[in-house]
Amino acid sequence: MSLKKNIIALRQKKAIVEKGGGDKAIEKQVAMGKMHARDRILALLDVNSFHEYDLFVEHEERNFGMAGKELAGDGVITGTGTMSGMPICIYAQDFTVMGGSLGLKHARKITKIMDHALRMKVPCIGINDSGGARIQEGIGALAGYGEIFYRNTMASGVIPQISVILGPCAGGAVYSPALTDFVFVVENISKMFITGPSVIETVLGEKISQEDLGGARVHAEITGNAHFYAMSEMECFDQIKALVSLLPQSNMKKAVSVEPKNPKSKKNIENIIPADAKQPYDVRDIIYALSDDSYFLEVHELWAANIVIGFGRINGETIGFVANQPMYLAGVLDCDASDKAARFIRFCDAFNIPVVTLEDMPGYLPGVDQEHAGVIRHGAKMLYAYSEATVPKITVILRKAYGGGYIAMNSRHLGADFMMAWPGAEIAVMGPEGAANIIFRKEIMEAEDEDAMRQQKVQEYIDKFANPYVAASKGYIDAVIEPSETRELMIHALEMAKNKDDYRPAKKHGVPPF
Amino acid sequence: MPTEKPAYVEFAVTARKYKTLLTKKYQNRKPWVNPSPFEVQSIIPGTILEIFVKEGEIVKEGAPLLILEAMKMQNRIEMPFTAMIKKINVEVGVRVPRETLMIELEAVEEIV
Repeated sequence: MSLKKNIIALRQKKAIVEKGGGDKAIEKQVAMGKMHARDRILALLDVNSFHEYDLFVEHEERNFGMAGKELAGDGVITGTGTMSGMPICIYAQDFTVMGGSLGLKHARKITKIMDHALRMKVPCIGINDSGGARIQEGIGALAGYGEIFYRNTMASGVIPQISVILGPCAGGAVYSPALTDFVFVVENISKMFITGPSVIETVLGEKISQEDLGGARVHAEITGNAHFYAMSEMECFDQIKALVSLLPQSNMKKAVSVEPKNPKSKKNIENIIPADAKQPYDVRDIIYALSDDSYFLEVHELWAANIVIGFGRINGETIGFVANQPMYLAGVLDCDASDKAARFIRFCDAFNIPVVTLEDMPGYLPGVDQEHAGVIRHGAKMLYAYSEATVPKITVILRKAYGGGYIAMNSRHLGADFMMAWPGAEIAVMGPEGAANIIFRKEIMEAEDEDAMRQQKVQEYIDKFANPYVAASKGYIDAVIEPSETRELMIHALEMAKNKDDYRPAKKHGVPPF
Repeated sequence: MPTEKPAYVEFAVTARKYKTLLTKKYQNRKPWVNPSPFEVQSIIPGTILEIFVKEGEIVKEGAPLLILEAMKMQNRIEMPFTAMIKKINVEVGVRVPRETLMIELEAVEEIV
């Protein structure tokens, strides 16, 4: 007896289901400029590493003409594979099968692979391309979404979770990506919203296109829902591979170390920052001058550009960088910047990635819109995130460190392990002009030449306080250093912090100002 | 690497002005206006279902002005204080966006 017949039958059965919605539907998908779900998985994973689970799962709906309707894999492909040799769990919704709509079995395939990822302690990547809930299944679809959200929350801070939006992702479906650590979008392909343009038009009479309402660019630049923005699916996959290679498998591990490399940036670190505190520069040039191979994977590149966050390596180890960006809005902190940095710091802390803070900020953004948008509540998130973090925390004050911003940007007072300042640093309660106007108000007003007196007093304040030495004299700063020593000292600090042990009081969880 | 120098603008943070770029979101922000108590605005987008008052009429505080249906809920909009209806800018059946000036009021001597 041979199993040959059964083997051939299995192969035939697999071949049919692997075609998803069939050749025609796949052609349509490709005509929309999109890849088929299966091809997306194969493009992301190492060659021949994909192992599919639950290929033969079928839906059980009998109402609304669903009885006997065959849906390949119930519209989602799930499985495991490797990325740069690292095992991961992955799922991809298949738009060619009933619009990738989510029914209960579809959701259960996703939750099964998520449970697997959480137990095996490997990252989980979800590719979203779905018209939404499968209306015919009613409450079953809602139950499915809820069960996914619950697992996203359970896995949060345990394994890295990545969402890739490669099609529509509307209504309740958007909340799974929102709960995950990193969301990737692609121009013209990704669409995310709670209520779509048609509902908005019916209810409000406001006409807006899908792209303008919740396209890739909108989420990358305006809402901050998306962390990475690409012009094509292949570019997006490269970004995902780059990110995953920098992350640990789980919160119990450290990110993989690689061969240390010197920065390849040719810019002299001493010449990047203009001496005049009012002149801008691109703080990423400082990061390039410090990171191994001058490599920096920026997160949220377009949103809240006044603060820069992202990953690089120093001495072969993954580092999270947080840096004020004087090139945008003078590098102020505002609602979005605080939100952006706080979540990033919490991610780094959860996954054992040291945080390097580069500080050059003039304060908080003034304005009614900011105050009314809750800059107090949002700003507090940053204080919370830095104070809470137990990973090695290093700060370099590059130039300005004024007022509340000085405290917020990982100051000694929030638990920084290493505080360094460049010799041009100005650490003060506020900018010299403002301070002089208040402290010497009387002298300035009584002077014959107010402007001359003001200039003189501003200079007096600069000489006395706008420098790193007052803070250094109190031990709030460990060392005033030359810019060219920065990388070497950072390597030293990270070596020193290898066995850092920092205790926090036992608690169920804190209550951050979300 | 872009060789062209970006178009930096002057940007005031407290007493000092910095050279910097503005973000799209910052440029598109809505300037704040002090709301006038004499303007009855829609706080939620919806449809006008019924209007109970006429222009020129003096209406007592708490009396219903109109019904604004929004999110399947019929919201009764009431008179904030006793005043005269100066102008009604909406009609029954029209859809109004958020922050639409629906009714303008004019102060009257308090009727005892």
